[in-house]
Amino acid sequence: MSAQPGIRGKAWFQALTGSNRALDGDPGSLLTADAKLGEETARFICVIPDPKARFPCVRKGEVGLEEAYGLARRVREAIALGASEKKRPIVALVDVKSQAYGRREETAAIFLAAATAAGAYAAARMQGHPIIALVVGQAISGGFLTHGYQANRILAFDDHDVVIHAMHKEAAARITLRSVEELERLGHEIMPMSYDVQDYARLGMLHRLLHVQDPDSPSPTTVAQVQTELIDAVADARAGARDLSSRRSSDGARQMRKAGLLARARMEREWNEP
Amino acid sequence: MNDTNFIPPSVLRRSFIELQARARAQSLLDAGTDRELVGPFERMESPWLPAQGIAPQSDDGCVVLKGTISAKPVVVVALEGAFQAGSMGEVSGAKMTAALDLAARDSANGTNTAAVLLLETGGVRLQEANLGLAAIAEVIASVLELRQYAPVITVIAGTVGCFGGMALVAGVSSYVLMTREARLGLNGAEVIEQESGIEEFDSSDRALIWAINGGEQRVGMGVADELVDDDAQRIAASVRRYVEAGLPRMHRSDQVDLYRQRIAALDVSKQFDPVMLRDSWSNTRKKGGAA
Repeated sequence: MSAQPGIRGKAWFQALTGSNRALDGDPGSLLTADAKLGEETARFICVIPDPKARFPCVRKGEVGLEEAYGLARRVREAIALGASEKKRPIVALVDVKSQAYGRREETAAIFLAAATAAGAYAAARMQGHPIIALVVGQAISGGFLTHGYQANRILAFDDHDVVIHAMHKEAAARITLRSVEELERLGHEIMPMSYDVQDYARLGMLHRLLHVQDPDSPSPTTVAQVQTELIDAVADARAGARDLSSRRSSDGARQMRKAGLLARARMEREWNEP
Repeated sequence: MNDTNFIPPSVLRRSFIELQARARAQSLLDAGTDRELVGPFERMESPWLPAQGIAPQSDDGCVVLKGTISAKPVVVVALEGAFQAGSMGEVSGAKMTAALDLAARDSANGTNTAAVLLLETGGVRLQEANLGLAAIAEVIASVLELRQYAPVITVIAGTVGCFGGMALVAGVSSYVLMTREARLGLNGAEVIEQESGIEEFDSSDRALIWAINGGEQRVGMGVADELVDDDAQRIAASVRRYVEAGLPRMHRSDQVDLYRQRIAALDVSKQFDPVMLRDSWSNTRKKGGAA
């Protein structure tokens, strides 16, 4: 596991946009910049750890109230910008530990904050903005639902520090009354439980797994490589549907989500029966 | 006094909470119109649970009924809290997503079809981890697609409540109805205690949990729309009103600036007082279209 989530996110945000500061009015944990991506301008958004964050339970890179509402605002801003031009791509750089686990957050309805961010990304996608999630580090649980999982296309680095999962290992072990070792062993037997990004890729939700040299330190070569992949993903998103159906039609999904696809096919067949 | 013929309404009423998912769904639809889709006899079960020594259920804990409410087409999707705490797996998620997508397709083609979601769920089914999380992302997307045309009405009755990623599904719904017994939140108290310590949240403090996550509070602070009694008839009547009302003027989850300002105004030096939050947020509350 990466020592601290967000370090990579910040490094790649800086490499891809030339910026490393939050916009006015945003918390220090939220980075947004418009930068060139091939021939056009894309909006890049990233959540990073801010040790001085206003809310104590987000200081290690969790997605909290300010982050979620800030994401929603910046995504909706990109929609407004795109009204008169070609719909601007939005790249969600993902390196988030989780949602914030705090009482303040729960009391102030963090579920709604998360919903506004997911809703903003989905609105942009449905209006034709290509949304690309680039997972450079961790993409866990409510953090990923809030920031990235509504993307048309998901890219991830093929690296052992990349983790896409419903719950981080230690918490999942405690809740399911298993040891971390047991959980890791189970993950190798039961694909959807695996913490290995290559196993995640087999589930068919990922557009592409990117082999990037030394992902902790972006270089001109790897930045150019990642930009090329992003440009391809944008083109692929534009050519495809504005929903999440590509996650179901992939070869991986046909192998690994057979039961779900069969249930869906039955539902479609029975829907209009008298 | 002592009129033995008088039967109080609390005795006559039929509890909604005590009904299982299928009976809950049936109680909402116009009599005789309900038809179950991908029902238990088709045995669409989780392929992942048996390998972990857990008995699957033949409907995967997700009941889909199509019918009408006030003669309008509606699909009701009910999660069974008694099966794996209503958690979302590959199959239950696929059923919910497919039902929402078909309702959206019909609505886009001119037959507006609302959805009623009965959410009793702890969120992701950890035994299907990544497929559960992916399913929730897809359910959120499908709710957002459908609510462009027809309302998505979430009912949280209890006693499981609605937690984890599924709380985002409630968050993007057009309307949320809750009983006093129901809870709604992203993180349950146990998870917060585990992750952030008992001084952050003492999960044995039941009164605190209900003061924060309970239906009365969520409706009081304006992040849910209506507090309903645990009475099947009255819940059906409320759902009917929202089906008839159609879409709200503005969805709650689109009110980004309003909530950003509210969060900015909070004093974070101490824990938030739920009552204070209810007072300050309800004053400037923007009501939905109905009720």
